[in-house]
Amino acid sequence: MNVLEQLIDFIMDPSTWTGPASFWTRLFEHLWVSVAATLIGIVLVFPLALYLGHTKRGSQAATAVVNVGRAVPSFGILAVAFLILVEFGAGVGTPWAVLVALIALAAPPVFTNTIAGIQSVDPATVEAARGMGLTGSQVLARIELPMAMPLVMEGIRIAFVQVIATATLGALVAWGGLGRYIIDGFAVRDNGQILFGALAVGLLAIAAEVGFSLIQRAVTPRGLRVAR
Amino acid sequence: MAETDVMIRLQSVTKQYAGTELPAVGDLSLDIERGEFVTLVGPSGCGKTTTLKMINRIIEPTSGKILIDGVDALSMPAHELRRSIGYVIQQIGLFPHRTIAQNVGTVPSLLGWEDSRIAERTDELIEVVGLEREMLDRYPSELSGGQQQRVGVARALAADPPVLLMDEPFGAVDPIVRGHLQQEFLELQRKLGKTVVFVTHDIDEAIRLGTRIAILNIGGVLEQYDTPTEILSNPANQFVEDFLGGERGLKRLGLLPISSADIVRGPVADRTSTAEDARAVMAEHEVDWIGVLDGDRLLGWVEASALDGADLSEVEPRPFAVSLTADASLREALDSVVTGHARTAVVVDREGKYRGMLDLEAISEEITE
Repeated sequence: MNVLEQLIDFIMDPSTWTGPASFWTRLFEHLWVSVAATLIGIVLVFPLALYLGHTKRGSQAATAVVNVGRAVPSFGILAVAFLILVEFGAGVGTPWAVLVALIALAAPPVFTNTIAGIQSVDPATVEAARGMGLTGSQVLARIELPMAMPLVMEGIRIAFVQVIATATLGALVAWGGLGRYIIDGFAVRDNGQILFGALAVGLLAIAAEVGFSLIQRAVTPRGLRVAR
Repeated sequence: MAETDVMIRLQSVTKQYAGTELPAVGDLSLDIERGEFVTLVGPSGCGKTTTLKMINRIIEPTSGKILIDGVDALSMPAHELRRSIGYVIQQIGLFPHRTIAQNVGTVPSLLGWEDSRIAERTDELIEVVGLEREMLDRYPSELSGGQQQRVGVARALAADPPVLLMDEPFGAVDPIVRGHLQQEFLELQRKLGKTVVFVTHDIDEAIRLGTRIAILNIGGVLEQYDTPTEILSNPANQFVEDFLGGERGLKRLGLLPISSADIVRGPVADRTSTAEDARAVMAEHEVDWIGVLDGDRLLGWVEASALDGADLSEVEPRPFAVSLTADASLREALDSVVTGHARTAVVVDREGKYRGMLDLEAISEEITE
């Protein structure tokens, strides 16, 4: 039996689609941990990024720190978070370790893109805004942020797609998500199941990518979309 | 000068940046009267832009005092101060994500005007700066550079501020558009009577626009502060003279109206005159031509040689190429003198009635004065 036949067998198996460990359960687990990690990542770094971008202060240093953090593999963070959480009795079978690893993955692109977006606003535009009598927070909210939105959304898109691809790690700590098909497939030597998991994650990431590019277009102010 | 006439007063204003030995602007004092159009001009590094930007506190002065209409500019929050001062910069700085209408309505909306009042005001202003109302729904990137700067001016005027600060506003557009914008802005300013502070590095622009010119040297040293004609006739020192550049006399003539010179009747005679009378007039003026009048109109001129055996009425006069009104500049008169055959500038009134002539001598008296 080759791998395609095994894949078809796995898909045709009713237990794949029903019961407490159905595809829908795994998909839901995968999605919620991804969405939660991305949202928490945004909430954690967005205010600081806005502040640094607006004041043009210390953003290089901060970006350097965040990029060092980027170099640490998610797998490593997962392992450390898992070991610490086990001490508190919340390791095996819980989503918390993977959530920590994914937040660390989601934060850097949101952070750097938000700063870059705000700093990409023409200084003359900002000076004109100040000259008109906008306060600092009005400049940020009415001028800088709307014009930074395309880049901010780009950062969120990159973060979310990476998080979706990486959320497969959840299965390593005996939690759920689509990664379970890959881990379990290896355990029982079911290549069809492995392929099923890989395809599901891949399609989900692509769907996220496409969905976000539509959102990105929607949040780009009209004046910035007009052809020059 | 009465105290109340001063709109902007700089008192010993200094801007010293950390880590530099010399101040960008050091101990500068300057009074600008209500309704004046003051141009700040000087070489790069003279602190003209820094000076301008200290007035609306885009740059905070290190020391000194700035009074606007008697009120200490440093005594209120900067954003409140700026809402009462129009601001136009060379890069224009329109908000790209907002429509032209929203751009123009920026300050009124900050001041909490009602939407209907803002709309009324933007409609009015877009026409004041010479743009079509259809432009209001467009975005800045859809406009040309010249159009964008018109919007920039409209945005600065939106809440009818008494003071306008302009930092090389016409520097980024091509020379032809710049000429139009300068002319239109001058006319607009005559109507509105704002107090304008205008930075430029172009002395000709400074001369053309300013009612007074402040010439600054490196470090914000005020070398001369006077009317354009006074600066051109009496430069305070070598620096000012060098900065004014060549053709100082011509530049001055460009500022003086024809009415400031002695307009004479010139060698003219009525078309009914005899050849003898005409020759007598020519002899009196020591010229070999004569202007031919028909009542109060000057028909043209006739050469002495054409009058051999013929009275004036029998000769067809050749028209003068140019007739100038008394508010035209002496520079235009000079051009007319050196390019016309008769070596004279013909002056007429608005109805075209003959008023007199200017010759080279009358004009050059004004240069050397």
